[in-house]
Amino acid sequence: MRHTISISVMNEFGVLSRIAGLFSGRGFNIESLCVAETIDPRVSRMTIVTSGDDRIIEQITKQLNKLVNVIKVHDLTGEEYLERELALIKVNCNADNRAEVLSIVDIFRAKVVDVSPRSYTIEVTGDEEKIAAITELLRPFGIKEIVRTGRIAMARSPKAK
Amino acid sequence: MKKTGAEIFIESLFKEGVDTIFGYPGGAVLPIYDALYKSRLRHILVRHEQGAVHMADGYARATGRPGVVLVTSGPGATNTVTGLATAYMDSIPVVAFTGQVPTELIGNDAFQEADIVGITRPCTKHNYLVKDIRDLARVIKEAFYIATTGRPGPVLVDLPKDVLNDSTEFIYPDKVHIPSYQPTYKGHPGQIRKAVNQILASKRPIIYAGGGVISSNAANELRQFAKKLGIHVTTTLMGLGAFPGTDPLFLGMLGMHGTYGANMAVTNTDCLIAIGARFDDRVTGKIDEFAPYAKIIHIDIDPTSISKNVVVDIPIVGDVRGVLKDMMKLLTAAKVREFKKGLKEWHGDIDGWMKTHSLSAAQDMTRKIRPQYVIERLYRLTKGDAIITTEVGQNQMWAAQFFKFKEPRRLLTSGGLGTMGYGFPAAIGAQIACPDKTVIDIAGDGSIQMNIQELATAVEYKLPVKVAILNNRFLGMVRQWQEFFYDKRYSYTCIGNKPDFVKIAEAYGGVGLRAKKPDEVDPVIKEALKVKDRPVFMDFVVDAAEDVYPMVPAGQPLSKMLLV
Ligand SMILES: Cc1ncc(C[n+]2csc(CCOP(=O)(O)OP(=O)(O)O)c2C)c(N)n1
Repeated sequence: MRHTISISVMNEFGVLSRIAGLFSGRGFNIESLCVAETIDPRVSRMTIVTSGDDRIIEQITKQLNKLVNVIKVHDLTGEEYLERELALIKVNCNADNRAEVLSIVDIFRAKVVDVSPRSYTIEVTGDEEKIAAITELLRPFGIKEIVRTGRIAMARSPKAK
Repeated sequence: MKKTGAEIFIESLFKEGVDTIFGYPGGAVLPIYDALYKSRLRHILVRHEQGAVHMADGYARATGRPGVVLVTSGPGATNTVTGLATAYMDSIPVVAFTGQVPTELIGNDAFQEADIVGITRPCTKHNYLVKDIRDLARVIKEAFYIATTGRPGPVLVDLPKDVLNDSTEFIYPDKVHIPSYQPTYKGHPGQIRKAVNQILASKRPIIYAGGGVISSNAANELRQFAKKLGIHVTTTLMGLGAFPGTDPLFLGMLGMHGTYGANMAVTNTDCLIAIGARFDDRVTGKIDEFAPYAKIIHIDIDPTSISKNVVVDIPIVGDVRGVLKDMMKLLTAAKVREFKKGLKEWHGDIDGWMKTHSLSAAQDMTRKIRPQYVIERLYRLTKGDAIITTEVGQNQMWAAQFFKFKEPRRLLTSGGLGTMGYGFPAAIGAQIACPDKTVIDIAGDGSIQMNIQELATAVEYKLPVKVAILNNRFLGMVRQWQEFFYDKRYSYTCIGNKPDFVKIAEAYGGVGLRAKKPDEVDPVIKEALKVKDRPVFMDFVVDAAEDVYPMVPAGQPLSKMLLV
């Protein structure tokens, strides 16, 4: 099963390679990994999407916790959390189909961020399904290039009762 | 007053109470060597950096205090890798300092540059590159702290040459503050209670103890606990000495070359109490059939060890010593009495197993020397009062089977990594730590050649380390596998009868002795034990056909032992 794990780490030299090395060295797989500084510049937040049965996920979280630079490991799976990815999609278009492309952009609340005579570059954020859906709809026009971030995730605040 | 990085390095080691370091110089660490020239810190000059790390490791295992290594950049640093990996697998506190090229050259493929922090990331508990002299004292403090706390392990600190030459005010921190590193020491009371209840409800309990008991200094607690409840103890290779090898409750080692009794007891137990052990594949055999009838209690300081290989019923994360103490508090006399009454039948079963297929070092005095006999004689003639190190292979397993370790820190052996070439330098490290003890490396003729250059170190420092070479002219353990599983196709395992180990020892300035017949064994050992000022090689020309029994073939359950 897929798990989204959020990790706070000391923002130190080599920490990314420690984490990547842990995954490769122990044969755990990484589907995506995102990392950036938090509001406290000494701390970075990583979101890793990985997969495995319960035993493996338990090992992954314990092994991560064991790294000296890791402050906190939180497996978000099974909880309420927000997740987002961002994609930039460069799609072919011409006078005849511009309107059609724009309506797809509209439906997905995406944005056109660059325009040329023969292409649009579209920025879209959302969860994985949304990105997959817009990609599918744009595919017939001819996607010239696509770049995606990995997933970032955050636990939802508890709702007032 | 300002101090240079090199001076801060030495001062910091004093603050940590370090009395000895093991090292080898080179360009990048010249500033430290220059500072050492004026310092009273004892530096042992080795002959190979791998030797330095094993010596520091042997020093650490013999004393419980961290071993310290100093080497230069590039090849000096890469030569430490096997030593670090050895210490890492066995959770030994070693702090290694490596020189590095000046910071502005890092990444430029400078002369003798190696990314040692990158290389050793997976085989150290943690490592550092110090880029700013103002971090130096703090990093050294943290390095010692991390190496010696929680589950111990090696830590490496990489020191660029400019940082060593730079200077700053020296302030050694009193405390370490690493928010992301907080080992758990105290076991959870609820889990402890559950474990005690589980034990008291059992009829066929067994303790399976590992190296964690030794690193936690919990041998006394383990003995009290086992004695109080009348529960038999088997240990891993790393756990030998954690429980007295001469105690009637001791079953010997379990696992691939474990005793028949220990393996049968583990196979039939209804309550396996795993203490500071990690269910290594050499211990469990086929994992699904390991302790199939047991509820498993697992006490370990490292949460990742728990339920890694075997799913356990009652995990307790914490320091073994404290947890055992807490468990004993819950044992009332009445409960213990009641519990012990129920163990009669089980003890009968165990006695039966221990009597069948027991290990034998019997020697027919008219035939070739049996290696087992040599170890048995070493045990008798030292009265067991020795620190034993081993190499890897048959020599290691026979040492584990035939020498009885009465105390912890008496057997120093590379269990996890299985590093040939470990035993001799480790013995040197142990001898330096314990100058008055008899220290013996039980070696194979293959392994001893992997760090034989350290003879020069032992001679230089007048260390009376003994090396008992069980000379079978083969890479014996590999030959044994070829005999059992590859139809006796002895592919590249015969290493012949060269070199002449007696001459080698003598060439370095040590003593060389040889026994070719069984009746020469005792005189050689006695002669060796008399030598107090230099190393001794004892070349025992043994029967090459001997195999280590019992043996559980890899991947088989423990009950499927090959017996003699
Ligand atoms: C550095 C290293 N290389 C290879 C091995 C694989 N290996 C395990 S046991 C063994 C044979 C050891 O031979 P020897 O030292 O003569 O000991 P014996 O088994 O004969 O007692 C070998 C090659 C190892 N453990 N370590």
